[in-house]
Amino acid sequence: MYDVIIIGGGVVGCAIARELTRYKGKILLLEKSNDICNGQSKANTAIIHGGYDCKPNTLKAKFNVLGNAMFDKIHEELDVPIQWNTSLVVSFSMDDHPALVKLLEQGKQNGCRGELRIIDEKELREREPNVGSTACEALLVGSGGIVCPYEMTTAFAENAAMNGAEFLRNAEVEKLVKLENGNWKVISTIGSFETRVVVNAAGIYSDVFNNMVSEHKVHIHARRGEYYILDKKYKDKFHAAMFQLPTKMGKGILVAPTVDGTVLVGPTAEDIDDKEDKRTTAFGLAKSLREATRTWENIPTRAFITTFSGLRATGDTGDFVLGEPDDAPGFFNCCAVESPGLTSSPAIADWMSKEIAAKLNLEKNPDFNPIRKAIPKFREMTEEEREAAIAENPDFARVVCRCETVTEAEIREAIRRPVGALDVDGIKRRTRAGMGRCQAGFCTPRTVEILAEELGISPLEVTKFGGNSKLLDSYLFEEGKDNA
Amino acid sequence: MRNVDILIIGGGPAGLAAAVGAYEAGARDILILDREERLGGILKQCIHNGFGLHTFKEELTGPEYAERFIEKVLEYKIPYQCNSMVINVTADKVVTCVSKEFGLENIKANAVILCMGCRERPRGSLATPGERCTGIFTAGTAQKFTNLEGIMPGKEVVILGSGDIGLIMARRMTFLGAKVHACVELMPYSSGLKRNIVQCLDDYGIPLLLSHTVTDIHGKERLEGVTVAEVGPDLKPIEGTEKYFPCDTLLLSVGLIPENELSEMAGVKIAPTTSGAVVDEQLQTSVPGIFSAGNVLHVHDLVDFVSEEAIKAGANAWAYVQGKLPEPGRMVPVNMGFGVGGIVPQYVSDKAEGVINFMFRPRNVYRGARVIVEIDGNPVLNKKTLILAPGEMVNLDIPVEKLVGLDKAEAINVRIEVPEA
Repeated sequence: MYDVIIIGGGVVGCAIARELTRYKGKILLLEKSNDICNGQSKANTAIIHGGYDCKPNTLKAKFNVLGNAMFDKIHEELDVPIQWNTSLVVSFSMDDHPALVKLLEQGKQNGCRGELRIIDEKELREREPNVGSTACEALLVGSGGIVCPYEMTTAFAENAAMNGAEFLRNAEVEKLVKLENGNWKVISTIGSFETRVVVNAAGIYSDVFNNMVSEHKVHIHARRGEYYILDKKYKDKFHAAMFQLPTKMGKGILVAPTVDGTVLVGPTAEDIDDKEDKRTTAFGLAKSLREATRTWENIPTRAFITTFSGLRATGDTGDFVLGEPDDAPGFFNCCAVESPGLTSSPAIADWMSKEIAAKLNLEKNPDFNPIRKAIPKFREMTEEEREAAIAENPDFARVVCRCETVTEAEIREAIRRPVGALDVDGIKRRTRAGMGRCQAGFCTPRTVEILAEELGISPLEVTKFGGNSKLLDSYLFEEGKDNA
Repeated sequence: MRNVDILIIGGGPAGLAAAVGAYEAGARDILILDREERLGGILKQCIHNGFGLHTFKEELTGPEYAERFIEKVLEYKIPYQCNSMVINVTADKVVTCVSKEFGLENIKANAVILCMGCRERPRGSLATPGERCTGIFTAGTAQKFTNLEGIMPGKEVVILGSGDIGLIMARRMTFLGAKVHACVELMPYSSGLKRNIVQCLDDYGIPLLLSHTVTDIHGKERLEGVTVAEVGPDLKPIEGTEKYFPCDTLLLSVGLIPENELSEMAGVKIAPTTSGAVVDEQLQTSVPGIFSAGNVLHVHDLVDFVSEEAIKAGANAWAYVQGKLPEPGRMVPVNMGFGVGGIVPQYVSDKAEGVINFMFRPRNVYRGARVIVEIDGNPVLNKKTLILAPGEMVNLDIPVEKLVGLDKAEAINVRIEVPEA
């Protein structure tokens, strides 16, 4: 019997799990895939949004601005890399000046923190000398920042698990049944669980669960965004996250540095029918590139290290759908949480955990420890720190991922931690092994070996992201098993 | 801080030959650092034959070829340290390396030879659209799995790109019971060696689809198939020519990139045409006392030439340590004219001595063309060739006395002249 079951291990679900462990209660998170952080949370723009572009008086506006103010604390407590590098919304025609002013006014109305003003071309070019030649002015958003979305989600989950929350992966919820006693029976592919409260943080599938239990129907469609990642060589090209004036489909194509030193270009916004269709397309990639060239003329296409696409959970109303529907007591929605969902997630979790605690009369957990340390990153250590790390654990002397300088010690720890990595992508998100310029060409064989060793499985069973995403087919020789 | 005369980064074919070259020139205080468990570099997994025809006049496998040099390293008692990853190199030649055995070490070298080799271009850099399933490997990664780990990555194979490793893997996968459906090449010619096309594709009936590319990748979890289409002269897919190939494995052989992260840390200037260091005829980089050889300098076609180049770099590094390397003098740039790509060296000293070796890759396939070397417009070499192709390097050894006017030259120009149709 659980107090709260959370459906979905994205950033929202994991943040709620963590916030709930501030109270005494039995918390379980069910994630349908092989790992947490496997949907929208892993494929987005990684921006801490200022909150200027949300329609005033919406949940998006409210939680964006509240969430934005919580990132310093997240960085402090959970060791999540962030940078307050500001956002710039660039316009490319003076005809757009009124639109930029409108955006400024909207930001003020929403209560954006920090500096918020329009800068002229001169100041824009002083700040960003590489901006395209047609750029003419920009909205400067002082509270704009960047964050590592994987580390953030993982940190929430690890800290929640440290404080007693349980996590089950490969657990797809199929049905929710309201019991006579007022509790919920959650039927999943790995068994049934009874709980007093259900939190629906199922991302792109959150409409399915809402519609199972409430008459207030929600419809979510997938809005695909396609991105490029550029080599670290270009990390100093732009300092701020460079937005273009938004359109009704979203915030438009952006060029932004990431906290890892790469450069992100994208996303497109294309509504699609299939919620599993995470393909990149020739059309989408070309569009991303074409529009981005206004911001960054002559983007060096040779510097692309990878492309990816993400699906936003876009709701019909254009706003988040949050909280307990009046006809489904004990069921809490985090529905249609798309951009600025990453920025909003800590504020949503803060608010919702308080609502749930009040409803269930949960006592404060006196043992709650808000501190989580990141896996020590060899690449960021000083020489003295490196020496000390190797002396303590010689696995730090074995560099597995050459491009990102990730050591065996980090990879093993990523697997051993609470809610640890179970597959190659899980290692990648937790350590960056395989995310560099060779895109896992050199490190894959060794990563597979370590995963097999740590998980006690055959290398043939190791997957990239669970399911049938196995990397290898068969041994060539019978005795191969012993020799491998 | 430990001190060595000559520190060699990488124990593959280039590093081994550089060590042998330095020793044979007289150096004794040498150290090879290699990140893998054993010396030999990529040759360890190249178990096919065809290596060493040029140098040893016999056909060796990759491990056998490496063994020839490893034996010399052992015979000469040249120190080497495996499982040692170099993580930094400074311009004053302090090399930082980590190993389980010795922890973190700083080693001061009087000369450094960069022999880090190259890596394969991954899928991401091609921006091939499609799903992000498993079953897509660079050919070299697949080769490591089959040849060193004894594991088959898959059974139904399509190969994108026709670089040598891709061609070799087409044959290897066939030997191991896989069905290789096609080798797909974007360009109208292969970037691999002619002999590999014959021996690895033609002999096994594997079609080479020139002017084709993979336009879509299918499979939510494991790869299920690829769409292949013909491309026009602009290299863009031609609509209506798409063909679907069911497969569980896509091997990529779409180019190699010299691994110069460490070189850049040391401030070594990199040439955009080779993605390797800019060097003079001594193979010395823009940082005095740092030399570069092998595939980290420029991607070679034959390992024999890697060895030759590295032996020379080893001897030059020793000369540098002794202060006997001829003064660099005034540097004369080597310009690439028509048809010439990725030339090495990029500069020749006006006081150069001995025989100067120039290597480059033709930019296209040229029949009956002439290779011409000019000094300030005056031809000093004019050589007729049967066929030139990007897959095979042009290797010119020119005695310095033939480079008439070098002492006052402004530029050396190397170009290809195609006979009039």
